[in-house]
Amino acid sequence: MAALLSVDRVSKRFGGLAALEDVSLSVMAGEIYGLIGPNGAGKTTLFNCMTGLYTVSSGAIRLLGQPVQNSKPHRIVELGFARTFQNIRLFSNMTALENVMVGRHIRTRTGVVGAVLRGPFSCAEEQASRQRARELLGFVGLAGKGQALAGHLSYGAQRRLEIARALATEPKLLALDEPVAGMNPSERREMGDLFRKLRDAGITLLLIEHDVKLVMGLCDRVAVLDYGRKIAEGTPEVVQRDAAVIEAYLGGEPA
Amino acid sequence: MTALVARLRRNPLLAYGLLAVLLLLLPFLVGAGLGRGWVRVLDFVLLYSMLALGLNIVVGYAGLLDLGYIAFYALGAYLFAWLSSPHFGIHLPFWLVLPTGAALAGLFGVLLGAPTLRLRGDYLAIVTLGFGEIIRIFMNNLDAPINVTNGPQGINLIDPIRIAGLSLGQTTQLAGITFSPPHLYYYFFLAMTLATVFVALRLQDSRIGRAWAAIREDEVAAAAMGINTRNIKLLAFAMGAMFGGLAGGLFAAFQGFISPESFNLMESIMILCMIVLGGMGNVPGVLLGAFLLTVLPEALRYVGDWQRAVLGNVVVDPNDLRMLLFGLAMVMMMLYRPAGLIPSRQRRREFDADDGVAEQEQASLYDAGA
Repeated sequence: MAALLSVDRVSKRFGGLAALEDVSLSVMAGEIYGLIGPNGAGKTTLFNCMTGLYTVSSGAIRLLGQPVQNSKPHRIVELGFARTFQNIRLFSNMTALENVMVGRHIRTRTGVVGAVLRGPFSCAEEQASRQRARELLGFVGLAGKGQALAGHLSYGAQRRLEIARALATEPKLLALDEPVAGMNPSERREMGDLFRKLRDAGITLLLIEHDVKLVMGLCDRVAVLDYGRKIAEGTPEVVQRDAAVIEAYLGGEPA
Repeated sequence: MTALVARLRRNPLLAYGLLAVLLLLLPFLVGAGLGRGWVRVLDFVLLYSMLALGLNIVVGYAGLLDLGYIAFYALGAYLFAWLSSPHFGIHLPFWLVLPTGAALAGLFGVLLGAPTLRLRGDYLAIVTLGFGEIIRIFMNNLDAPINVTNGPQGINLIDPIRIAGLSLGQTTQLAGITFSPPHLYYYFFLAMTLATVFVALRLQDSRIGRAWAAIREDEVAAAAMGINTRNIKLLAFAMGAMFGGLAGGLFAAFQGFISPESFNLMESIMILCMIVLGGMGNVPGVLLGAFLLTVLPEALRYVGDWQRAVLGNVVVDPNDLRMLLFGLAMVMMMLYRPAGLIPSRQRRREFDADDGVAEQEQASLYDAGA
């Protein structure tokens, strides 16, 4: 199976601080890939590098074989890589439906002239966007909440809305940054079900998570970051027994 | 009265019909009731409506604070003067000059937008403020070595707008009714303003309008959702500037004379105040803001007459009092209606967030979901 996303010896430095050092990993099409690590290990930094929000200091990132390191975020979304944020970043004063429709932006074409004249093409496209957005809200379990302002939704619903918005961009690869943080066990289970449903719909998932139990139960493969380096990679069973991982999480003996 | 309102609510066609009749008769009603000078004020209400709607695209829709907006008005006005006055001896028809002015202003909108893409909020405001001043100072000084703008004296004898042999700059008899130039321009400006309103409303509720709103809400998230933030922001600058350039051309034709002092910083701030006062991002609010802030300063000129009538002489110079009352009104507004007179749905919720509405709504949604 070809790698959907490959990260090749990527480093990211903020001044003197090396947030990522020579990190390499590859995500295969159709799998759920987990990225775990203690706080400050560089997981979100890696996410931001992959999705074009940060430029990498060195190394290469390829999406479907195309180099995307230092591409603009919208380019990367266009290629089929969407994401959510650790600290939810919805357009809080827009309705849930409008939020998802913003996700359709990259897959639609109506410009200023079309918007003003509202010809048959623009009308049909707008209608299709709205329809698709409603379907996606239903898919993530937010049917009937399209008219609520995003900022007024409950925490769990906001997480789901972020996923719906990302799905609207028609991603092949969806990256979720701590999607179940702050949720209770039953909510976590429901989110886990949603992730499986996404995989079954043919979307590859890249998951940053603290909840080791969820990651281990869900992911096909896991990579562990610590202090900006990848210290382990493999199936959950293998990674769980890895000495370096245990040391990173539990703290090792002083050397 | 309430019965009438209820009836109009049920029948929007009737309401629009009444509004159309009112707008058509307005210059005559105003002219008869308040005097000819007030018809000119009406014309300016329409000009400022177009300007405010244009700036509203940049500030209200896309959330980019622009304090140099008047520069685009100036560019449109000067282009009209260059291409339609004895200054260069060129007399092109208005239907050619107005779009050219709008296009030139749009181009400068992009030129201003491009280097400021990374800036937001106060930083952007400072740069745009500088841009506005640069344009004005250029207009003030470009009379040597080649006389382009005629410096502080400005350009006069600008051609009025002529439509099919009818000059809007001359008093005309039509069907036995006398139309003075302010009356004629009123109808022309009204048509242009309605077109502007139409474009503004359509843009707001479209793929482009949503992209602007997304950038205003959270630029990083907007980029991560596939919006080309650079292009969409430049588009906002260009669209706003085009409206400004169009209004500038109309202003030049209407006045017949322009000089740099019409395009100072105070004008930019005034247009921004119209948006803030009326309700940022909301077209009816912006129109109301433009109306109030054009009419009120004019009305306050009469404060001197009232003083003479009541107190026997003018105690406070009306000009000083005018700005004082204006400032007071703005402060009161910001205290009591910070979202504007007619806030957009979104702004109203933003400012209401702490009064329990949000929590209630959230609770009810939560219940519905459980």
